Amino acid sequence: MAKFDTIIIKVKRQQRRETKPYGEEFHLPYRPYMNIISCLQEIQKNPKTFDGRRTSPIAWEQSCLEEICGSCTMVINGRVRQACSTLVDKIGPVITLEPMTKFPVLRDLVVNRKVIFERFKQVKAWVETNQTSGPGTQIAPELAEKRYHLSKCMTCGCCMEACPQINERSDFIGPAAINQVRLFNTHPIGAKLKENRLLALMQGGGIEDCGNAQNCVKVCPKGIPLVTSIIETNREISLGLIGLLKK
Amino acid sequence: MNTNAKFIVVGGGLAGLMTTIRLAEAGCHVDIFSIVPCRRSHSVCAQGGINASVNTKGEGDSPQIHFEETVLGGDFLANQPIVKGMCERAPEIVYMFDRWGVAFNRAPDGQIDFRRFGGTKFHRTAYAGATTGQQLMYALDEQVRRFEAEGLVKRYEGWEFLSCVMDDTHAARGIVAIDLISLELRAFRADAVVLCTGGVGMIFGRSTNSTICTGSAAGAVFKQGVWYANGEFIQVHPTAIPGEDKNRLMSEAIRGEGGRVWTYQDGKPWYFLEEWYPKYGNLVPRDIASRAIFKVCRELKLGIDGKDLVYLDISHLDPKALEAKLGGVIEIYEKFVGDDPKKVPMRVFPSVHYTMGGIYIDNQHLTNISGILAAGEADYQYHGANRLGANSLLSCIYGGELAAESAIQYVGSLKTFASEVSAKFFDHELLRQKEANDKFMRSRGHENPYRLWEEMAKWMTDHLTVVRENKNIKATIGKLEELTTRLEHVSLDDTTNWTNQALIFTRELENMLVLARVIALGALARNESRGAHYKPEFPERNDRQWLKTTVARWDFKSIELFYEPVDTSLITPRERKY
Repeated sequence: MAKFDTIIIKVKRQQRRETKPYGEEFHLPYRPYMNIISCLQEIQKNPKTFDGRRTSPIAWEQSCLEEICGSCTMVINGRVRQACSTLVDKIGPVITLEPMTKFPVLRDLVVNRKVIFERFKQVKAWVETNQTSGPGTQIAPELAEKRYHLSKCMTCGCCMEACPQINERSDFIGPAAINQVRLFNTHPIGAKLKENRLLALMQGGGIEDCGNAQNCVKVCPKGIPLVTSIIETNREISLGLIGLLKK
Repeated sequence: MNTNAKFIVVGGGLAGLMTTIRLAEAGCHVDIFSIVPCRRSHSVCAQGGINASVNTKGEGDSPQIHFEETVLGGDFLANQPIVKGMCERAPEIVYMFDRWGVAFNRAPDGQIDFRRFGGTKFHRTAYAGATTGQQLMYALDEQVRRFEAEGLVKRYEGWEFLSCVMDDTHAARGIVAIDLISLELRAFRADAVVLCTGGVGMIFGRSTNSTICTGSAAGAVFKQGVWYANGEFIQVHPTAIPGEDKNRLMSEAIRGEGGRVWTYQDGKPWYFLEEWYPKYGNLVPRDIASRAIFKVCRELKLGIDGKDLVYLDISHLDPKALEAKLGGVIEIYEKFVGDDPKKVPMRVFPSVHYTMGGIYIDNQHLTNISGILAAGEADYQYHGANRLGANSLLSCIYGGELAAESAIQYVGSLKTFASEVSAKFFDHELLRQKEANDKFMRSRGHENPYRLWEEMAKWMTDHLTVVRENKNIKATIGKLEELTTRLEHVSLDDTTNWTNQALIFTRELENMLVLARVIALGALARNESRGAHYKPEFPERNDRQWLKTTVARWDFKSIELFYEPVDTSLITPRERKY
């Protein structure tokens, strides 16, 4: 158990998209089992900075609080992660909270992650089927398990935040979307759109922009083998190219 | 379908997305509204699975038995024909998700695997690890993306529903919603509005629900004349990790896979569920398990270290199989508590989990107001007085399918379309919502909305969960009235018109307080014990007086209750014994 009485929370705040960010510090009495969300909720109930100045409650995104919806991603003590599963006992007593940097800030810790969903659309991350009844195709337990691990992506944005190749000068599609390509290309029916998906990754900002820093797999809260997904998908593209040349 | 017709679906969880897909498949234009990106809806939290009696294990299971067990599990308060329809459709629903690529766990022969859940002895629950809801959600979200690409569906993610727009015949002609970032208020026209806005867990503060599950939309339309049924039936799940910010569900699948509940008695492990219910053991329905744990902790004072906690134990099971079948929940426990449940028994306690009651709908999912439909946890059908595990995902999907069908039928019968209705109705509702916002923005009182919420939640949790006493319920109703008055003296500490979360929360709180009263009034009146509703003063089920649906109606600031008979035409009510 932790050995401190006061939690010091430093938040990087920003009122609007176009205004300058600023810092604010809050002090909270320590209680066991607190996570970052319960700290933010405490501040909400009495929004005063450490020196007693009244301020507005901090804006942040949250929903499930069990690390499955992906909402509450932020940069905590310099590392991108979910606020709900970050326990004060493990990182306290001084905590800095900042919004992610790879997505536009809307207010305080709220950012706009729409781009992730757009990327998924780009790579046709779905199974297209015209069959309207009866069970789907049989799938070996091993394949089902492999796909299950890939399918746990909660579009939280951690991998994109940690990727050095995603920045103002590059529109790299990012690890999450590439992982979706692998997920759907390994499904027997989903594989019908395999070529379309691979083609989408061969455009500018596609898989070639991966610099192999391997940060993505380190920060993925769901332990998705993102680097393997990138390598496998790259291999599929090479094989596909050979096929095209043979034609 | 007339191409001028327009549909609005509110809520982007399983029910909302399913409704949207069925509407789009029929060629209808749909606007779908969701507070969060659909992919982050509360349905992703469902862990254990989805029921369908396909009997692949040759146990003699059938949709008829599924139906009978669901009705029995609900203590005979569910209208039966619609439940039967759901159970019959269930296998096709699971197959549909299979075709859409959901990574269901597989039996060695490549077929979908099924596991056991509460209230049944059959292997009836299809599952994808311990994150089945997430997997189903993603499949639907992906299918909706296809229709977006075809131009049939438009998403409004990051918008919150505030109210319906009514015309002079009191039929709904659209909605007013608010953009949660810019706070822009806008009216949207639609010929039918389907509300798939989920449960009301936030009324109880800490629950297993997501923080977006406020029931605000249901509260808002209630005040516009939509009836609300069986509000008093709130499911308390027996096994959750109590937390500072929320209680985290430890799926019933844990017990389905062999997990055991126990505490110490005279220095030795005491498996009280197995002792008290030898037939079903740890897999008795949720209301019964929750009451048993309450009894052990509160009455017998045998909770772990004298606290409100019992053990949920999987440490005797094969760790490899656990990882494949329960990985997701084990991970939650490890992350949020720090112990490895494969080695150390988990410490759990019951928590508010599911809203059986909800918006009143008929067996076609139509509410009492023309043009408004409801589906999913937001409606009151299917589960009666207590929901069986792994039936919620099913009812969301089945309800969504039915609601879409009914909405199309309803719109087909309309003589004028929303697009032709006078703008004055929309302007009027916009103005009303603007004034409601302004009221809180201007208010400079001394009350903090989040503290008011905390107070409400404490009263509701203390007096309207597992054990309910009339005198305490009465006191709670008094408290809720006091809190409603105090809400008028709120101060938001934030008067900006940009991403003002305090404003939105206060609007939600106003609606939560209304539904809290509906819940409390229904519970006070119902002098019996049935399913999740348990009164020590009236410990027996009383079919003679109470085999009926509670319906609440808003009557200019006061709430009136009336009752409707339950359709028990298919199975004669009998004693519920496990």
